[in-house]
Amino acid sequence: MSAVLEGHTTDHHHGPAKGLWRWVLTTNHKDIGTLYLWFSFAMFLFGGTMAFVIRAELFQPGMQIVDPNFFNQMTTMHGLVMVFGAVMPAFVGLANWMVPMMVGAPDMAMPRMNNWSFWILPFAFAMLSSTLFMEGGGPNFGWTFYAPLSTTYAPPSTVLFILSVHMMGISSIMGAINIIATVLNLRAPGMTLMKMPLFVWTWLITAFLLIAVMPVLAGVVTMMLMDISFGTSFFSAAGGGDPVLFQHVFWFFGHPEVYIMILPAFGVVSAIIPAFARKPLFGYTSMVYATASIAFLSFIVWAHHMFTVGMPITGELYFMYATMLIAVPTGVKVFNWITTMFKGALTFETPMLFAVAFVILFTIGGFSGLMLAIAPADFQYHDTYFVVAHFHYVLVPGAIFGIMAGVYYWLPKWTGYMYDETMGKVHFWLSFIGMNLAFFPMHFTGLAGMPRRIPDYALQFANFNMISSVGAFLFGFTQLLFLFIVIKCIMGGKKASAKPWEGAEGLEWMLPSPAPYHTFTTPPDVK
Amino acid sequence: MAMDSSVKKTTLKLVLLTLTMFGFGFAMVPLYDVFCEVTGINGKTNNTPYQYQTEKVTIDKSRTVTIQFVTNNNDKMGWDFYPKTTELKVHPGQLESVVFFAHNPSEQAMVAQAIPSITPFDAADYLHKTECFCFNQQRLTSGEKVDMPMRFVIDQALPKHIKKLTLSYTLFDVTPSHSN
Ligand SMILES: [Cu+2]
Repeated sequence: MSAVLEGHTTDHHHGPAKGLWRWVLTTNHKDIGTLYLWFSFAMFLFGGTMAFVIRAELFQPGMQIVDPNFFNQMTTMHGLVMVFGAVMPAFVGLANWMVPMMVGAPDMAMPRMNNWSFWILPFAFAMLSSTLFMEGGGPNFGWTFYAPLSTTYAPPSTVLFILSVHMMGISSIMGAINIIATVLNLRAPGMTLMKMPLFVWTWLITAFLLIAVMPVLAGVVTMMLMDISFGTSFFSAAGGGDPVLFQHVFWFFGHPEVYIMILPAFGVVSAIIPAFARKPLFGYTSMVYATASIAFLSFIVWAHHMFTVGMPITGELYFMYATMLIAVPTGVKVFNWITTMFKGALTFETPMLFAVAFVILFTIGGFSGLMLAIAPADFQYHDTYFVVAHFHYVLVPGAIFGIMAGVYYWLPKWTGYMYDETMGKVHFWLSFIGMNLAFFPMHFTGLAGMPRRIPDYALQFANFNMISSVGAFLFGFTQLLFLFIVIKCIMGGKKASAKPWEGAEGLEWMLPSPAPYHTFTTPPDVK
Repeated sequence: MAMDSSVKKTTLKLVLLTLTMFGFGFAMVPLYDVFCEVTGINGKTNNTPYQYQTEKVTIDKSRTVTIQFVTNNNDKMGWDFYPKTTELKVHPGQLESVVFFAHNPSEQAMVAQAIPSITPFDAADYLHKTECFCFNQQRLTSGEKVDMPMRFVIDQALPKHIKKLTLSYTLFDVTPSHSN
């Protein structure tokens, strides 16, 4: 880690404090970005370990390793930890590191609040994880925690689950407010909105999504808490409430949430593809508008998760067509990325490999999403492994490959050293093979009718499940290689120049590598 | 570092937005109920008695509608609960009466609440109950049996395409000690 501190600083500010307290008390956006990224990686391994339990149990039909209740806790916690602990904090980490540098700001707008938004997270997840060891176990109702499973039939630890969701929500909202305040108020003179890198744009829009829907999530868990502890009946039909209402409120949060996890990845990929194609991004303006349209549409399609609850036909049709409409702005983006690569002087260093895989595999996930959007067909796919295949295709080679692409791309800027290119490529190919092996067969088991969230299955699904498990183990263990590559890069290696990527654009590459502890204390000139 | 005023202003607006959206989450509850009631989606019927005025109502003898009665027990609810008539042919406008039977076979007194639902959903607005055991909670002592009346009228304005409708009741155990 100390490698980050080396290199001369161009201003007269003091460097970071020494020792552990530096990390506890820091208000420096780069330190906090680093904290977020390490925390996210730790959660990635934790959530991955739970995926290992799931895949080990599903390696063969029959009950072998864990009891069904524990299996349900694993699927629930895997989802919660990956969504709220791994993917979201990783993007906040990237934003902390890069947004101030990209807009020419000295730091985030509210550095002290920034410290708070990070340090809430370890406590939230410590509390959430501790429920696994409590009587009755941890949350076992799926990451979507549908009532009444999460109210009437929930384990006693659910109150702690609710508290931890509140803490995660507060952390995300504070982070989002900070990012918006930074982007809107701290841009260097001349950095107009339409000159901002797409990563900043996508994060600005994501931050608005967070502020719009995280409070709704807080609302829905508060209603749960009131149903559990204070005898209200928001979701209990006996008292005049309605369990379907839970699903409406949850998915009003839940659908925008999936874009919260993908829009920043769009931004990362939009930085990397032009750099390695050595061409400017095709259709910058349309990219901005497409992102904004996706964000807007995300608020009016939520019930496509609920086609089987017994909606009237007009509702089914509306949510079906509205959902399909999202394919239009998303298609614009994919078209722009491909056109950027077209006739470019392409090279395939590790960040580019991840970015290209992102475009291809995310599109596959988008297509299965279109299939799921077709209401009558969804009656077959609903709650099967086809859904699991779909959202893992948009989240693993989507969100996670986007994060990894960004880490490789900016690692030289952070550490001052080049990572090991050969090992990076090995990491990419093993991840690519592993994740496809794990998730592609799930399309078939799902179409054949294997339900999700079950510890045992019919014999006919045995072969595909075994392949999935092998792929999952390959993907999981490969991530230890990623850890090794990153640590190796921090420890040293080939010195990175200020701009190690020939085609890279943006203010961050004007700074020396590693980026000094304080940057842009005097705003840069933006042409 | 002192926060400059533009940052303060932005933050204030965003905090307000956050609070508004938290409120909106709760506002979805009444909005959802209003939406369901107005559109009749969800088969929700009115749970207050309908005022039937004989002199204003004409009975549409030219039309016959079949109404079926279905009962379910929720989860571990142990009562016997069934309609004494399972199917009835009625003329719109005519006041009809049926009886549901309930028996508490358990060792303790229990309180139950019946929740109605109608299919098809677009018929929900046209079934008016002048009297129903579902308007109130039902308390039965151990072993007690009861005949519970339900009086209703089907509106003459019932859409022409609806020839058969199903009224279902789900019985919930709401005995105070099981208040989870
Ligand atoms: Cu959705």
